[in-house]
Amino acid sequence: MGIKWDEFFVTGDPLIFASQIGIALTMVGALAGITYFKKWNYLWTEWFTTVDHKKIGIMYILLGVVMFLRGGIDGLMMKGQTAVPENDFLNAQHYNEVFTTHGVIMILFVAMPLLIGLMNFVIPLQIGARDVAFPQLNALSFWLTVSGAALFNISFIIGGSPDAGWTSYFPLAGKEFSPGIGNNFYAVALQIAGAGTLMTGINFVVTVLKMRTKGMTLMKMPMFTWTSFITSIIIVASFPIFTVALALMTFDRTFGTHFFTISGGGMDMLWANLFWLWGHPEVYIVVLPAFGMLSDIISTFARKTLYGYKSMVISIVMISVLSMLVWVHHFFTMGNSAGVNSFFSITTMAIAIPTGVKVFNWLFTMRKGRIKFTTAMLWALAFVPNFVIGGVTGVMLAMAAADYQYHNTLFLVAHFHYVLIPGVVFPIFAGLYFWWPKMFGYMLNEKIGKWHFWLFVVGFNVTFMPMFFLGLDGAVRRAYTYSAETGFGPLMMISAVGSVILAAGFAALVYNIYWSARNADRNIGNDPWDARTLEWATATPVQHYNFASLPEVTKLDAFWHMKKTDELQPLTEDEIEEIHLPSNTWIPIYMGVVFGISGFLLVFEWTIAAGIAALGIFAGLAFRSFDYDEGFHVHKDEIFETESKWRKGANKGVKNHVS
Amino acid sequence: MSAKVNAALPLEYQTEQNRMNILGFWVFLGAEIVLFATLFGVYGVLGERYAGGPTQKDIFIVRDVMIQTFLLLTSSFTMGISIFEMRRSNRKGMLMWLIFTLLLGGGFLFMEIREFMHYVHEGATMQTSAFLSSFFVLLGTHGLHVTIGIGWAILLIIQILKRGLTTVTARKAFIFGLYWHFLDVVWIFIFTFVYLQGLVM
Repeated sequence: MGIKWDEFFVTGDPLIFASQIGIALTMVGALAGITYFKKWNYLWTEWFTTVDHKKIGIMYILLGVVMFLRGGIDGLMMKGQTAVPENDFLNAQHYNEVFTTHGVIMILFVAMPLLIGLMNFVIPLQIGARDVAFPQLNALSFWLTVSGAALFNISFIIGGSPDAGWTSYFPLAGKEFSPGIGNNFYAVALQIAGAGTLMTGINFVVTVLKMRTKGMTLMKMPMFTWTSFITSIIIVASFPIFTVALALMTFDRTFGTHFFTISGGGMDMLWANLFWLWGHPEVYIVVLPAFGMLSDIISTFARKTLYGYKSMVISIVMISVLSMLVWVHHFFTMGNSAGVNSFFSITTMAIAIPTGVKVFNWLFTMRKGRIKFTTAMLWALAFVPNFVIGGVTGVMLAMAAADYQYHNTLFLVAHFHYVLIPGVVFPIFAGLYFWWPKMFGYMLNEKIGKWHFWLFVVGFNVTFMPMFFLGLDGAVRRAYTYSAETGFGPLMMISAVGSVILAAGFAALVYNIYWSARNADRNIGNDPWDARTLEWATATPVQHYNFASLPEVTKLDAFWHMKKTDELQPLTEDEIEEIHLPSNTWIPIYMGVVFGISGFLLVFEWTIAAGIAALGIFAGLAFRSFDYDEGFHVHKDEIFETESKWRKGANKGVKNHVS
Repeated sequence: MSAKVNAALPLEYQTEQNRMNILGFWVFLGAEIVLFATLFGVYGVLGERYAGGPTQKDIFIVRDVMIQTFLLLTSSFTMGISIFEMRRSNRKGMLMWLIFTLLLGGGFLFMEIREFMHYVHEGATMQTSAFLSSFFVLLGTHGLHVTIGIGWAILLIIQILKRGLTTVTARKAFIFGLYWHFLDVVWIFIFTFVYLQGLVM
């Protein structure tokens, strides 16, 4: 059973050896640094044990940015390998591992943490609440995500990476064709992170339903809150399917059952169905909150109420329903009947309708608006044409008959990058520039931001546009090399050059964060963008209790109307009351650690040890059950002091950096 | 969050946080329904793929399954009475019925483990065929839920003994009740679609 000790560390590849040394040095350096600067106490009390949705959101974003680096390096390595024909920079096995981890990390450990991070930070503020419905559960969600990400990431230095693609189709992903433990990492790490995501979904459904401030009916909610709410519902409806699929994968690989292996009566197509029953809604889980951000950002910088608010809401509800009805389009070519393919072809194309409604609404929002070309708005503007290319090629792929031509080519790869990068990454960048001042009290530099924007958008198009043509010419995906006679060389080279420009764009973002943290103006007031929604009605950066007195809402774009009628500032001293907040807790981070340890042991198929470690999970649950900590109250004096400080600043007219 | 108490409502609904917890648990049960639905779907696909191994008719023992069903359905009933006693502020009665529930649940679990051991003894293991893989994982997931439920109930009983009936313990008991009834509902589906259908096929 399991793996031998001498196979514990991956050996023999110079790239991986260098990473092993690099990781070891970084870890030692980080631990020594924290100890030297005596920051352990600060990190523990302010961050590791926090239940504050704002800090949890920021930690999610940090995780997403770090993972972006990892996933991006994977992408660059692939582009480096395919830049010229017959290249031997990566061998076939290494290439398989790199495209697998690239896909998994970009979707599950970049897009999800960044979006959930922004949701965490923004939603309670947008609905005028003090926190999410279950703050401790929120911290647990975060630490499980970290635990899953850490487990998945160590795979390439310890034990070996998964190599069956992010879809991990059977029989390839089964024990017979993938005998190593790489795919165990896939099954277990995603299981742990997925549990965290499911709890986030539950948390936000209840938060939005129950914690909205007085007067904020569902149809007065900002669009980002709406889309995140729908996303949370899709999470609750689809993640349990993935939970089951991954559990069955673990059973097949570790305990010798026959779910997906043909021997013993199993069915490989069962995996494909279960995977995409989750995997397709997952696309909308990441894209809907991003759409919400765009809506809020476009209406802010066009200085108009969002056009067609009601049709936007109807559209996202339609998208959420349709998202569960299209999964078979991922395997049109795997032997379904014509009837089945036709049904899924039509449902797939139908998604273009509500999506089109949304795109036109954004355009009409901008029409006759007085548009401010901030960096955040530029990302939103670039979204439209680029995403439309992704959408139109999506309709091409939705035609089942034509899909026999495109399937498994780079055309498909280009299509989903044109959907996911403009549809998810651009809005995330827009959101970061937009909400950064709320998070940290200073703005990201607009000039560096424009460098970031142009490098990234140009690099993105140079990278992925050639892949449409390569795909139509028959270049298959997942192939680690090709011969010179194919003629793919020049376009592949252009694509590789594009990826370097893309990476330079990302580097500009990292530099921007560094530069702005050191040099940016701290005196920006609470509303630097002249924004429309409630998160801007409170201090910048936000005080730990969010709102001294919960705001009351009468209209959509509540804050905009408050500013117009000057109802923003009044808060008399006798209105201030003590505020109740939950206490910090060590249990979530502890749970992350024990889940990580038992997951690690399970990956190596040391099942008895994993079982013993899992007792730690139950111990944690029991501790939590007996924990009757009722939180604490923020004293009136503290509230008075904090409030008068920022309100004075707000009155002095530091607001509106973009007037 | 806020400690505002609405005394007109039953104990478990009195605080705002309690109402949120209960709604949150309903949403969680929604996720659990998807989870079990998927497992039923898997069983539906693989349930007749025997790979030369035993079929439902070969291994199922009607009498034992009937006893299991009786135990679990009764435990759901006693759980209901326990919450009823809680609403009447009768702590003693509540605990007594909760302990009955626990014992019945324990009896169910004992019978299920015995049933599984019997199958394995007959050579019908999880590794034998796709049918048995899906059978054991579906039933095992339900059994694991019952096991966790029993552990949960023990923690609950200790807390009620220590703290009496407060808004917090009442809420915990109520949520546990929802969980236990849910397991009962899942069992009815297992009884129908696995055992009854397996025997008449």
